Amino acid sequence: MSALPVLSNPPIFDLARIRADFPILRQRVHGKPLVYLDNAASVQKPKAVIDAISGCYSGYYANIHRGVHLLSERSTVAYEGAREKVRAFLNAASTQEIIFTRNTTESINLVASSFGDQVVKAGDEIVITGMEHHSNIVPWQLLCERTGAKLKVAPFTDAGELILEDYEQLLASGRVKLAAFVHLSNALGTLNPVRQMTEMAHAHGIPVLVDGAQSIPHLAVDVRALDCEFYAFSAHKIYGPSGVGVLYGKKALLEAMPPYQGGGDMIRRVTFEKTDYADLPNKFEAGTPNIADVIGLGAALDWLNAIGLDAIAAHEHALLAYATAQLNEIPGLKIMGTARDKAALIAFTLQGVHPHDIGTILDREGIAIRAGHHCAQPVMQRYGVPATARASFAVYNTGDEVDALVRALWKVKELFEA
Amino acid sequence: MSDLRDLYQEVILDHNKRPRNFRIIPQPTHHADGVNPLCGDRISVDLDIEDGVIRDIAFQGAGCAISSASASLMTEALKGKPVGEIDHLFEAFHNVVTTDCECPKGLGKLGVLAGVRDYPSRVKCATLAWHAVRAALDARAEPVVTE
Repeated sequence: MSALPVLSNPPIFDLARIRADFPILRQRVHGKPLVYLDNAASVQKPKAVIDAISGCYSGYYANIHRGVHLLSERSTVAYEGAREKVRAFLNAASTQEIIFTRNTTESINLVASSFGDQVVKAGDEIVITGMEHHSNIVPWQLLCERTGAKLKVAPFTDAGELILEDYEQLLASGRVKLAAFVHLSNALGTLNPVRQMTEMAHAHGIPVLVDGAQSIPHLAVDVRALDCEFYAFSAHKIYGPSGVGVLYGKKALLEAMPPYQGGGDMIRRVTFEKTDYADLPNKFEAGTPNIADVIGLGAALDWLNAIGLDAIAAHEHALLAYATAQLNEIPGLKIMGTARDKAALIAFTLQGVHPHDIGTILDREGIAIRAGHHCAQPVMQRYGVPATARASFAVYNTGDEVDALVRALWKVKELFEA
Repeated sequence: MSDLRDLYQEVILDHNKRPRNFRIIPQPTHHADGVNPLCGDRISVDLDIEDGVIRDIAFQGAGCAISSASASLMTEALKGKPVGEIDHLFEAFHNVVTTDCECPKGLGKLGVLAGVRDYPSRVKCATLAWHAVRAALDARAEPVVTE
């Protein structure tokens, strides 16, 4: 074995202080310090987020928008304040373009139902890529079943890079009504050239939805620079609580779309004969929303901005490079997804050991990873494997934790090759 | 590492590497597929049953060490047994992998899977092959699912 590479790029922020922000990271698992490397599934929450949520419930919680009393006014200000924070984070033109949903999946379903049912007809086509999460496949399949449209899938190379020529060919059919693609693949780590892909779609007059579930905590997203029509993500992947998603949509499109769900808060005037819908964004937020958790998302964005996405990305890239080099030293370990442009997750297989066995053994070493198909079964089929193991990194992960992962993988080999 | 050895015992690692009865039966009297949607593991089970006795049993598929070894050990345990004993054996096996019960002597080598009881997320791996056998006997056309 050659000399182990060193973590080349020391973090440009105080990693110990960042870790101290996460109460959950202090625990031991099976007697070992917790090494949490399942961040692509969901990241842990800093104290600022936990405090913002409990502060809402213990300090000023009430239903929003209609109350005349003080608590309702305070809750409304905090909830709408979080919307402004999301707008600024995405550099959207207006808070009317920020819709709160339950998660990325619901954001995509909203577009598939509201925009899709309005625009897509029999014989039309929807273009996606071969590396989509199930949440950016199934809503379009359902739309195709309802309308008689067809789903077209742009393939990718063995390295996990989208084949842009094939994507272009699919766009050029003259029947495509929407292109929907993932920004950062949860199964491969590939960062897609979403700006270029959006331009290519626009050249054919095709609107674009970007699934930003994985990309949002790793790199700065500017929806106006991207120029995509829709961008979807979840709060729980960006240090916020579970149960809140965001759909960004260009105002003109959102205004033309029919409501997704009917109910309270999304109306202007209701009679039994006719209902006038509320203006954006309320038109798409029927019923009492997840008030405290939206406020929690706002706190997560404040916390993240204080560190800075550029610093986070630099740290995570250093971890990715270090971990990739270390894992490549392990005989029989194969990394799936070796795109040139990649974010901080590594999917791999280990010869002779099923990923679930890897997951169980690592768990006993205190290390949490994901093992399975990662809700991207077509990607597994593409490589002919039933499952992979996946280690994914966040701002609080350290080089020592990569070392712990590597040591534990050697133990897996020792156990299975005895 | 010692507690991991309780789960990954030598017999299990051996059956994972060299699964017994890992083949197809050309014209089985009974057949079923089992799927664990959690991990995408698939297993197919063939049985040759004559006069109420399991004359031959074989399996194929890709799975983790626990599911592969459990399927392999199951085929060894069931070959030659009357069909009427399957439910009783499965029940006893299920108890062993899910509760703190003493392992009944009648289970023989299947007892090596008792370590699974400390890993609740892996119980479905250990029982997948058994569910497939039950489905084969019920002549279910749809793959049986552990969920």
